[in-house]
Amino acid sequence: MAWVWFHRFGSPPHFYRLATRLAPWFAWPALVLCLAGLIGGLGFAPADYQQGDGFRIIYVHAPSAWLSLMVYVVMAASAAVGLIWRMNVAHALAASCATIGASFTAVALLTGMLWGRPMWGTYWEWDPRLTSELLLLFLYLGYMGLRNSIDDLGRADRASAVLAIVGVVNVPVIHYSVIWWNSLHQAPSVMRFGEPTMPASMLLPLLAMLAGFTCYFVALLLTRARAEVLRRERSAQWVATVLDVPARSV
Amino acid sequence: MTAPRVGVATALGRLMARDLRIALRRSGDSLQPLGFFLVVTTLFPLALDPALSLLRDIAPAALWVGALLSSLLALDLLFRDDGQDGTLEQLALCGQPFPLLLLAKTGVHWLLTGLPLVLVAPLAAIGLGAPYAAMPGILSALLLGTVALSLIGAVGAGLTMSLKRNGSLLALLVLPLAVPVLIFGARATALAIAGEALGAPLYLLAAMAVLALTLTPWALAAAVRIGLE
Amino acid sequence: MLKFFAMGGYGAFVWPSYALTALAVTLNILWARSALRSARQEALRRLAARRGPTLPYEVGS
Repeated sequence: MAWVWFHRFGSPPHFYRLATRLAPWFAWPALVLCLAGLIGGLGFAPADYQQGDGFRIIYVHAPSAWLSLMVYVVMAASAAVGLIWRMNVAHALAASCATIGASFTAVALLTGMLWGRPMWGTYWEWDPRLTSELLLLFLYLGYMGLRNSIDDLGRADRASAVLAIVGVVNVPVIHYSVIWWNSLHQAPSVMRFGEPTMPASMLLPLLAMLAGFTCYFVALLLTRARAEVLRRERSAQWVATVLDVPARSV
Repeated sequence: MTAPRVGVATALGRLMARDLRIALRRSGDSLQPLGFFLVVTTLFPLALDPALSLLRDIAPAALWVGALLSSLLALDLLFRDDGQDGTLEQLALCGQPFPLLLLAKTGVHWLLTGLPLVLVAPLAAIGLGAPYAAMPGILSALLLGTVALSLIGAVGAGLTMSLKRNGSLLALLVLPLAVPVLIFGARATALAIAGEALGAPLYLLAAMAVLALTLTPWALAAAVRIGLE
Repeated sequence: MLKFFAMGGYGAFVWPSYALTALAVTLNILWARSALRSARQEALRRLAARRGPTLPYEVGS
């Protein structure tokens, strides 16, 4: 039964309509959650014992870093689905992820540098987490570069899919690097088994921001994927109906 | 696809013999990356104060950056000619397991470009001030590292096979994946030069090489098939 | 109010971080919407081209 749903999802007109309907359901919650997170994080959370008010960068740095990793996984997973089941919609999803992921990886790196300077005394250290996050940015750029340099769309889809899948090894390395090695970057305080180590007044806005950013990404992805699907469906009849154009038989 | 008439082992053996024969006919091609490696490692002492004590500090970096860059350069040899004259298509269609065939090709490629680099590295290392006692460590690290680099690079070469002049894109694709090898290889070399135990990074390098050996053949087959369309 | 902007002395790091993130968020929204808009326009143009001119003044558009 699930397979029917799966393959219907892969049909471009169905996906387009679904994406159009779903996007607002993620966009508005994203706005609300991020506002709540910002108000809570900037206004209500108490200053940190060690880092003072500087720790508030976490409310933009952590969600950006989370996005950078999550988007890559979504990209690699969609690419894999597209490769295995030859689903055009899946390839369109993967292609739509790249710019979003790359920009938030850059934001994570830059906000991390701005946070590191006052706290560790240095903008940059070649420690495992920072280095592997930088490598993630290069992986995104390589993905986009490969896509752009292959002219045939199908081949570009498949080649970049292989690249995305090969690069997904980097994601657990980034996440676990702070545990495996003695790193300058602090150990995970939220994404771990057991109790998070932050007080609720600091933690709740952070969770709100994380959830808000995730919803934001979904809304963004659906929008971009709609555009991508439209561009790919060159002469499909459903395009006319979905754009409310009177389609006459040619 | 017709059923193959020979066993897998025979097919692999013949493929490797053929590749070796062709490469040895044009041995200049395989020696170029080697020359490049020597030139690059020579550039460091020329650019820096040639006091050996300082050179010893940067020796691991120079050796590994040189190895990485020269392996990138050597990747051109791997699929270009066979892709252009249709041999790769024949290999894809011949009924033998394609991942294994490509693994064999990469193996020969490593024998011709990676292994000579490992054998020549002691010269470069001594030139950079490394003590004789460090040689076994340096050799084993480079041995494992070049294997991993050849395999990772091969995947990149497969993905960019159909593109024209793709030098920098290939580097952009391969380098992020090769960085862990670089980090642990340089670490192992530094420990060897300092005379300390280098078991930890060496084991990690071995793990990476084994991981590459087991996983890259499938990625290679997928990439090359896409490139042959 | 001023205390808020000073952020305990870390203001010079906190606010640029927020500004950067806001920039990335906004740019991505704009990019996505413009991509959708141009995809729609292109699709409409293609459909119109296939249909051919339906009214006299559409010839040559």
